[in-house]
Amino acid sequence: MAEEPQGCARTTGTVMGEKPTAEQTSDTTQSQKEAIMTARVGQKAPDFQAPMYYQGKFGSVKLSDFLGQWILLCFYPGDFTFV
Amino acid sequence: MSAVAAKYPELQKMGVEVISVSVDSHFVHKMWNDHELSKMVEGGVPFRMASDQAGNVGRAYGVWDENQGIELRGRFIIDPDGVIQAMEVMTPPVGRRLAETIRQIQAFQHVRETKGAEATPAGWMPGDMTLKPGPDLVGNVWKVWNPSMEK
Repeated sequence: MAEEPQGCARTTGTVMGEKPTAEQTSDTTQSQKEAIMTARVGQKAPDFQAPMYYQGKFGSVKLSDFLGQWILLCFYPGDFTFV
Repeated sequence: MSAVAAKYPELQKMGVEVISVSVDSHFVHKMWNDHELSKMVEGGVPFRMASDQAGNVGRAYGVWDENQGIELRGRFIIDPDGVIQAMEVMTPPVGRRLAETIRQIQAFQHVRETKGAEATPAGWMPGDMTLKPGPDLVGNVWKVWNPSMEK
């Protein structure tokens, strides 16, 4: 896995399996697109790319790279918390 | 998250990939893995631990808590087409029950294998009878299923 410069995580402005429109790839409309996208059952998941730690290395994870597999996506309040 | 890490081999056998997300940096993820989780789960965390320091991903999934600047305990089951099939969001003090997550994935996988021809009744476990939705079943569920069959 290639190590690359790590910025903040961000949604890509698209949903899983859809190609971004020209409008969505423009940075100026990025925040607008993020604001209106909300996860709902029965709908495509919002895609995102984020820095990650994985098996001893730092890298980047993109949700849509896992299309074709089942994904269990788990959010939690924070590292070193108790539950 | 250590509970998910411990069951990761079982999830892999089911064809499930796991991604965890919190507002901690990936550097802190490494420290948590090295100093705590690796003592709870042999070999440490086997899945990708994503960092969402600005909360962008959490906002898109409706789990961002703007008052505390953290992400709520949110669990999403996403199918191979990228469609969210199930979600569960909890406030932080109560942990998840992974066995129920696994049961739900098994049920969604079964429904998908039958291309939606079968549905799983309440409490369904693999091997249990399923329902075949159609004109003949309307008003007749009581003949094939009742709540006492739920385990």
